[in-house]
Amino acid sequence: MALYRDEGIVLRTWRLGEADRIVVIMTRGRGKVRAVAKGVRKTKSKFGARLEPTSHVALQFYEGRELDIVTQAETIDHFRSIRDDLDRLAKATAMFEAVDHVAPDREANAKLFAMLLGALRALAAADSPLVVPAFFLKVLALEGYRPVLDECVLCGTATDLVAFDADTGGTLCRSCRRGGPISAEALGLLRRILGGQLGAALNEPPSAATHEVDQLATRALEHHLERRLRSVHII
Amino acid sequence: MAVYAGPVQDLIDELGKLPGIGPKSAQRIAFHLLKLSRDDALRLSRAIVEVKDRVAFCARCFNIAEGAECAICLDTRRNPSVLCVVEESRDIVAVEKTGQFSGRYHVLQGALNPIEGIGPDQLRISELLARLEPEGVQEVILCTNPNLEGETTAMYLSRLLKPLGLKVTRIASGLPVGGDLEYADELTLGRALEGRREVDLD
Repeated sequence: MALYRDEGIVLRTWRLGEADRIVVIMTRGRGKVRAVAKGVRKTKSKFGARLEPTSHVALQFYEGRELDIVTQAETIDHFRSIRDDLDRLAKATAMFEAVDHVAPDREANAKLFAMLLGALRALAAADSPLVVPAFFLKVLALEGYRPVLDECVLCGTATDLVAFDADTGGTLCRSCRRGGPISAEALGLLRRILGGQLGAALNEPPSAATHEVDQLATRALEHHLERRLRSVHII
Repeated sequence: MAVYAGPVQDLIDELGKLPGIGPKSAQRIAFHLLKLSRDDALRLSRAIVEVKDRVAFCARCFNIAEGAECAICLDTRRNPSVLCVVEESRDIVAVEKTGQFSGRYHVLQGALNPIEGIGPDQLRISELLARLEPEGVQEVILCTNPNLEGETTAMYLSRLLKPLGLKVTRIASGLPVGGDLEYADELTLGRALEGRREVDLD
């Protein structure tokens, strides 16, 4: 039982008792941490808005058996442009829900943390339609479920790829097709996102193809998690 | 785990369902009730029955009400053109205590929380929209909590209400009176600066 410091992004909060909250934080050094923030719901709490979701904070925790306790919090970035815009906030929430499901408690995953921070920074800079699907696909790749995009998963043909199926794990040719159809434009975007041209893909304006990629990435991640992502479907 | 005789265990089980009451507290309260005189016990049981029978939600604003409509909705001295939208009935009490508001209220009975699966359909939003026109509401004050859920709700509502040609306002964020600037977080202090007012000398 000791104090430790880390930085993290607040994913979600739960009310606890009269004035406390349980805060779920994706930290850089210790993975997903659940901690109690005492008295945060009081107006005069020293934490104020620092422990609200979307905040990137430097924290000091007191290590407990089940839950840690947040003892200090200092803002690194509060991502105000995300918080003040319903669309961006909905996107950030979808990514938080995904991270909450993917990351096990207290298992360091610096890569996932860095990806989430990068995605939030991209979202704060511009409301790109591909931030969330790109993040979902990168999470899948990180988890070891990178979809096959260059050939048919079943027969290996590299041409005439017309379908995508999350269950088989990628694109399929005309004769093996199953799952849902995929357009050439959407496939192009998928390849750019996972092929190292993410920055350029994020500048893409909203179109039928970005919408298709969005749907497809959500379905693929939901398939992997074996559950629906609630925040994607609500607002 | 039933350790006690039937009726006592039933009582403990029922008490244990109350918020914040664990099995041990439930036991303690149950034994306190056993020691109580019959009159005291009956008064408690009557109070519970009474509140269940007589108190319901106001048909207009969804505040708790004794009868079809709550005292605030029935009060004709209230200004009908200003409507204050809050999350819970308890928030009405908080706003009323300020003595700064003379309009009516609308209780949403919750806040949007996408990650928990609480969407617009679970809140009293359609009821709010249905009230605006017949009651001649001109201003809607979005008085939801200044946290993520409350702010999501306020943003969602403003998107719905603004096109209707109403004045839509959001309660200000700022520093609590009696607090220290040094401890204010950046988001709150930033909003306080943004919402600053020119000093009036009279």
